[in-house]
Amino acid sequence: MTTSIDPPAASFKLSMLIYDTRYRSITFQTIALIAFLIFIGWLFNNTAQNLADLGKEPSFGFMTEQAGYDINQRLIDYNSQSTHLRAAFVGLLNTLLIAVLGCITATIVGVLVGVLRLSGNWLIARLMTVYVEMFRNVPVLMWIVLCMAILIESLPSPRDFRGETPEASMMLFDSVAITNRGVYIPEPLFSRGLGDVSVGGVFGISLDLIAVLIVLGAGLYGAAKIRKRADVIQNATGVRPRTWHTRLAVVFVPLIILLVALGFHLGYPALKGFNFQGGTHMRNSLIALWLALSLYTAAFIAEIVRAGILAISGGQTEAAAALGIRPGRIMSLVVLPQALRVIIPPLISQYLNLTKNSSLAIAVGYMDITGTLMGITLNQTGRELETVLMGMLVYLAISLSISSVMNWYNSRVKLVER
Amino acid sequence: MKKTAFIGALTVAGLMAGAAAAATLDDVKARGKLNCGVNTGLAGFSAPNASGEWEGFDVAMCRAVAGAIFGDGTAVEFVPTTGKTRFTALASGEVDMLSRVTTWTFSRDVDLKFSFAAVTYYDGQGFLAPKSLGVSSAKELDGATVCIQTGTTTELNLADFFRKNNMSYEPVPVETNAEGQQQYLAGACDVYTTDASGLAATRATFENPGDHVVLPEIISKEPLTPLVRHGDDEWGDVVRQTMFALIAAEELGITSANIDALSATPGNNPEINRLLGTEGNLGEMLGLSADWAKNAIKVGGNYGEIFETTIGENTAIGLARGLNALWTDGGLQYAPPFR
Repeated sequence: MTTSIDPPAASFKLSMLIYDTRYRSITFQTIALIAFLIFIGWLFNNTAQNLADLGKEPSFGFMTEQAGYDINQRLIDYNSQSTHLRAAFVGLLNTLLIAVLGCITATIVGVLVGVLRLSGNWLIARLMTVYVEMFRNVPVLMWIVLCMAILIESLPSPRDFRGETPEASMMLFDSVAITNRGVYIPEPLFSRGLGDVSVGGVFGISLDLIAVLIVLGAGLYGAAKIRKRADVIQNATGVRPRTWHTRLAVVFVPLIILLVALGFHLGYPALKGFNFQGGTHMRNSLIALWLALSLYTAAFIAEIVRAGILAISGGQTEAAAALGIRPGRIMSLVVLPQALRVIIPPLISQYLNLTKNSSLAIAVGYMDITGTLMGITLNQTGRELETVLMGMLVYLAISLSISSVMNWYNSRVKLVER
Repeated sequence: MKKTAFIGALTVAGLMAGAAAAATLDDVKARGKLNCGVNTGLAGFSAPNASGEWEGFDVAMCRAVAGAIFGDGTAVEFVPTTGKTRFTALASGEVDMLSRVTTWTFSRDVDLKFSFAAVTYYDGQGFLAPKSLGVSSAKELDGATVCIQTGTTTELNLADFFRKNNMSYEPVPVETNAEGQQQYLAGACDVYTTDASGLAATRATFENPGDHVVLPEIISKEPLTPLVRHGDDEWGDVVRQTMFALIAAEELGITSANIDALSATPGNNPEINRLLGTEGNLGEMLGLSADWAKNAIKVGGNYGEIFETTIGENTAIGLARGLNALWTDGGLQYAPPFR
C-alpha cells in the first residue's frame, strides 16, 4: 500500500471547501465576513434611506452657520455670532481642560492614597480604605451633582460680600474670593506684553505664555544637564558636587528677568456690579466636575497602585532595608519604579474613563463638547446623527491619543527582557 | 467595541427614522392610546399630582386629543421629555405629538420638519429677579449672571437681547427647571430667565413668592404650540382641529356643564351642531367619530375652562388671560369656522 505525500493539484473539488480542514476555516471566515459586510451595508443604506424619506439628508453644512448662543467658559474668543464649528471647538477645549486637570489630580491623589492604604498606621490605612470604597461604589454622576450642590448651597453669594458689615469676605489679603458662583483668583497680566500670535487665523495664543514656557523649558533642560554632570563626577570620583543652588538659579533667574521685562503683575478680582470682575474666574461647574471626577478616578487609581506595590516581592523591600536605605527611599527608589510596570497599563484605562466620564458635565452645566456640539448645537439645528457621530469621533480621537502616549510611556518603563 | 458602538448608533438612527413614516392616526387607533410628549415637570403646564396623575395645561391638550380619538381622555401615555430630548422623541416616533411649552419658530417648522398645530398659549420670555437685587428693568442687568435652560429658544433670545442692548452677561446653563430653581434660590445666579408663564409657574412653587418679581420686559415672542411630525397631514389635522374645537367651544359658549344638553338634540345654532356632530359629517372627514369634538371638550372643558383650572388667576400659577383671551375679548385666540 502506497500513500502519496503531495495531493494531486488537479483534484481540487468544491466540496473540499467544507470537508477539507485546510480550507474549512477560510471558507467559514469568508462567509462570516461577507454576511457582516452585508449587514453593515444594510444598516448604512437603511439609515440613509430613512433620513432621505424624512427629508434630512446627512450634511455638515450647519457647522459653518451662526451658532447664536453664548458659552460662559471659553478658552478662545467666542461670541454668539461665531459658527457652530467654533462653538464645538470651545467645547472641545473645555473637555480637554477638565481631562488634563482631572488626570493630574487623580494621579496625585490616587498614588498617595494607594501608598497610604498600605501604611503600617492602622488609622491612616483604614481611613484610606473608607475613602476608596466610598468613591468607588457610588456612581460618579452622584458625586458630581453632590459636589455642585455643596458648592452652591454652602458658599456665600457675591451679594454677601457687600455692605458695611459683609457676611463674607475675601481671603489671602483680599486676593481670592470664594463664592457660590465660583472661585475668583488673581490673574497674571503683562503691562509690556508681546500680544497674541494667530494660529491659522482661527484662534490666538499668547506670545507671553510661549516665551515663559520656552524660558522655563530651557531652564529645566539646563538644570538637568548640570545634574547629569554631577552624576558623572560622582561616578568618577565618588564625591558629588553641590549643585542645587546653581540648578535653582538656572531655572529661576532667566524666568524672573523675563517676567520683569514683560511687566508682570497680578490682576485682582473686585466686586463690581452684580459679580466680581477681574481675576481668573474658576466656575463652580468646573470645580465640581474636576473634584468629583478626580476623587472618583483616584479611588480606582489607588487600588491599581496598591496592587502594583503588592506585586513587588517583599524580598526587594527587605533587601533594600538590609542595605540601609530609609523606608521613604525604598518606596521611591526600589518599589515604585518596579511597580510602575504593573501600574501603567490599567492606569491608561482609568485616564480614558475619566476623559469619557467628563461628558457628564451637562449635569452641572459645564459646557464641554457634549454640552455645545451634542447639546445646544444639536438642539438648535436638529442634526442628531451628524452631531453625535462627530462627538463620538472626537472622543475616539482623544482616547486614542491618550492611550498612544501612555503606551509609549509604558514601553519605556516596562521590563526589558532579553 | 468601538465598532459595535458605531453600528449601534446607526441602528438606533435607522430604527428611529423607520418608525416615522407610517400613518400616525391608524397607529394610534391600533395601539389604543396616544403617546404624548410633555414636560418633565412644570407646575400648571405638565406635572404629576400627588396621586401620580399628569395634570396641567399641556397635559389637558393631550387628553383632549385622546378624547377626540377614543372618547376617553385617559387613553394617553405621557412621555416626559427634556428640552434636549423632545424633538428626537417626536422625530423618532416615540411620541405621536408633543405638547411641551414648545415655541413655534421658522427653523423648527422648516428645517426640523415639524408641523405646528395651533398656538395654545401666546407667551414671551421674561426675567425673574429677587426684589432684594434692586433691579426694576431688564435693561439694568449688565454684567448679571443669568440661569437659563439649555436647548431652548430662550438661549438664543437671551444672546440677542444682551447683544442688542450692548450689555454683557454670564450664562449659567441648567438642564431642567428644577435645577434652575435651585441655583436661582441659592443666589448662584442673579436672575432666572424663561417664558413668562414658566416664571410665574416657578415662582408659585417658592416659599415666599412675594420676594421675587418678574421684570416688566418681555424680550421675545413665544407662541407655545403642540406639534407633530411633517408629512402626515391627516394626523396634523386631527391635533390642529382638536385645538380649534376647544377654542371654538369657548367662543360658542359650549362648556362642560351644558355640552350634554347641547349635543343631545340639534339646536338652532348650525355651527354648534356641526361642531358637536349633530349635523354634517366633520368627524368623518377627519377619520374620527361624529362626536369627536364633543368628546374632546368633555374631557377638560373648553379652552377657557382648561386655562382657568390649570394656570388661570385662581390657581397658584395665577396667569391672566392677556393675549390668550378670545379674539372677541381683545385677545389672539381665534378658531377658523367649522363648516
